[in-house]
Amino acid sequence: MHLIVVGLSHKTAPVEIREKLAVPESRMGEALCRLTSYSGVKEGLLLSTCNRVEVYSVVDDIDQGYGRIQEFLADTHMSLSSEQLTPHLYWHAGDRAITHLFRVAASLDSMIVGESQILGQLKDAFESALSHKSTGLIMNKVVKKAISVAKRVRTETKIAEMAVSVSYAAVELAKKIFSDLGQRTVLLVGAGEMAKLAAQHLIAQGVGQVRITTRTPQHAQDLAEKFGGTAVPFEQYKDDMASADIVLVSTGASHYLISADDVQRAVTARMNRPMFLIDISVPRNIDPAVRHVDNAFLFDIDDLKQRVEKNRAERLQEADKAEQMVVEEVGVLREWMKSLEVTPTIVALKQRADEIKRSELDKALGRLAHLPAQDRELVEGLASSIVNKMIHGTMVTLKSEVNSSSGSAFVEAARRFFSLEAAPPPDTRGESAIEPPSCLARETSEPLIEQAPSRTTSRKQP
Amino acid sequence: MAVVCFMVTMGLYFIATISFLAYLLRRSEALSKVSLAITAAGFVMHTLALVARMVGSSAAAPPSVHEALSFFSWMLILVFLAVEFRHRIHVLGSFIVPLALVSLISAAALPDTVPTLQPMFRTLWLHVTLSMLGTVGFAVAFVAGVMYLIQDRLLKSKRFNVLYAKLPALDFLDHLNQQSIILGFPLLTLGIITGAISAEFAKGAYVSWNPEQTWALVTWLFYFVVLMGRLTVGWRAKRAAYLTVIGFAGVILTLIGVVLKSYGTVS
Repeated sequence: MHLIVVGLSHKTAPVEIREKLAVPESRMGEALCRLTSYSGVKEGLLLSTCNRVEVYSVVDDIDQGYGRIQEFLADTHMSLSSEQLTPHLYWHAGDRAITHLFRVAASLDSMIVGESQILGQLKDAFESALSHKSTGLIMNKVVKKAISVAKRVRTETKIAEMAVSVSYAAVELAKKIFSDLGQRTVLLVGAGEMAKLAAQHLIAQGVGQVRITTRTPQHAQDLAEKFGGTAVPFEQYKDDMASADIVLVSTGASHYLISADDVQRAVTARMNRPMFLIDISVPRNIDPAVRHVDNAFLFDIDDLKQRVEKNRAERLQEADKAEQMVVEEVGVLREWMKSLEVTPTIVALKQRADEIKRSELDKALGRLAHLPAQDRELVEGLASSIVNKMIHGTMVTLKSEVNSSSGSAFVEAARRFFSLEAAPPPDTRGESAIEPPSCLARETSEPLIEQAPSRTTSRKQP
Repeated sequence: MAVVCFMVTMGLYFIATISFLAYLLRRSEALSKVSLAITAAGFVMHTLALVARMVGSSAAAPPSVHEALSFFSWMLILVFLAVEFRHRIHVLGSFIVPLALVSLISAAALPDTVPTLQPMFRTLWLHVTLSMLGTVGFAVAFVAGVMYLIQDRLLKSKRFNVLYAKLPALDFLDHLNQQSIILGFPLLTLGIITGAISAEFAKGAYVSWNPEQTWALVTWLFYFVVLMGRLTVGWRAKRAAYLTVIGFAGVILTLIGVVLKSYGTVS
């Protein structure tokens, strides 16, 4: 059982390739079903965003799995051949696949490191995988862990706190003036690209009301519909400014549209409630003299950019901390993954049974000192055969289920029933970790099973 | 017992103050937790000290300046812990805890025996408690005002430093300022009324226009104007912050007046 990932991202593939492979929400179910229908593919999760398309999967054999998923990706878009795709793909297995997923979830692999969207996208991908039942024990655990790692990174480092895009910077500043954006109104004057982005961010942060004005009324109307706001006639916006807590200006005008007096009037009409003005236009549209108006806070594009630059540097530092956390957490998950392997579980189970038998025998034999050696052997034999019979069924089931889709669930269950918490010592694992079927062959020659009289009958059942 | 607890409290508040001031300058969330824990421990000690003292003293004795200041500092920390618990604004501690410490040190510097006023009437403790509670409100408004002015200055000059990152949003500070005055003002009003009634009973006149009474009335009037200005003509935000800082200076002067007068009557 191996976890692998095959995919491409903004780091390896141009947008022309990424957009072709992207799987829309509506086709997710069909894609997941197709993915898990390949032989040897046990579990699958499809993460498709504008910056990456990745397939996470639990497979029987790593190389075969890589091939299957590559086939799957090529099938997703008919016009792309496997050869065209290969140079853009990356493949990871085992720890490296887990590390990759954790880094993606924690937004360490994002175009803008620390952005928060990816976590939501991963959750959505997981949701649809769950609803189409394409994931199982391993994937569920791994993805849940990835989500918790991402949350840990967000709370324990400052990676997500710092705005690294101009529009985020605007939101961040707004939050230093207004604690609750929900009751605030934003007025969008003009509709430059950057202003639209900033408005989108503000809306995503829950700004209460959006008002939009542009020189062409129809344009304002269209935008108002898009953002769920109201359009304001361009001639009126100065009067409207008093009702806006946040004024976002970006027009193509080559002169100051808003003077210090306009702002002073608005602030007075607002009974001195603070006002936040963002001028993203170049050349500027708000008179810089607004700086001298009390309770009005004006920031232009350079201020925002300066903020972004500073944050970017700090964020990289925080990213180092986050990487460290990812390494730690991968270690935790690795232990768990190891515990799911059949061989060590059987070894641990036998050890556990042996321990119990030994300690109980020691106690009993201590009190049976008067028995002759022969009888003592008999008691020991009795204890051994009870214990062996007790665990026999479990071991046989484990071995027979090793290659079924619910194999790991059986292992997990066995570990819980018999409280086999500690990871087994590494030397017992051998190569069996790489070739699961071989552990079946190895295990059958174990003496404990040889002793069990009911072996032949129960082996017939599967 | 009371004295030991009091000294321990003072020690803890002292450490908390240093720790909270260090928190202002450093990017360390752990520091805020440590500071908070020390403050909370100090608060528990302080409560013990106050209870021990109450049990120890006779009910008839008028509250001493020492007790009044100690109570003031206790209330201040209580308010801080409440706001902290609700809004998680650690940086508030960097401003309030030092204030509480100063008040506690002043309390320690004065002999226990200096009474707030001559024992004139049994309801004197009511007058002192209410006035002190009103003062706590103004103290919090003062702290919110100072924080507001700092944040306003940082935003205007576009200095996005550590302090900027830690201070809460302007409108939160303005709201805290407003709420503190809205709570503090009626309490002080009641404090003044009970004081006047006590004086009426003791001396036959509600007001004797001595300097400290006059100051108290001027301060009261000042806050009345500030409050009315906010509610009617929009004296909020920066102006309100300035006014509450000035108003608190008046409060401090009144307190100093009370202490000096009482000190004079004792010696």
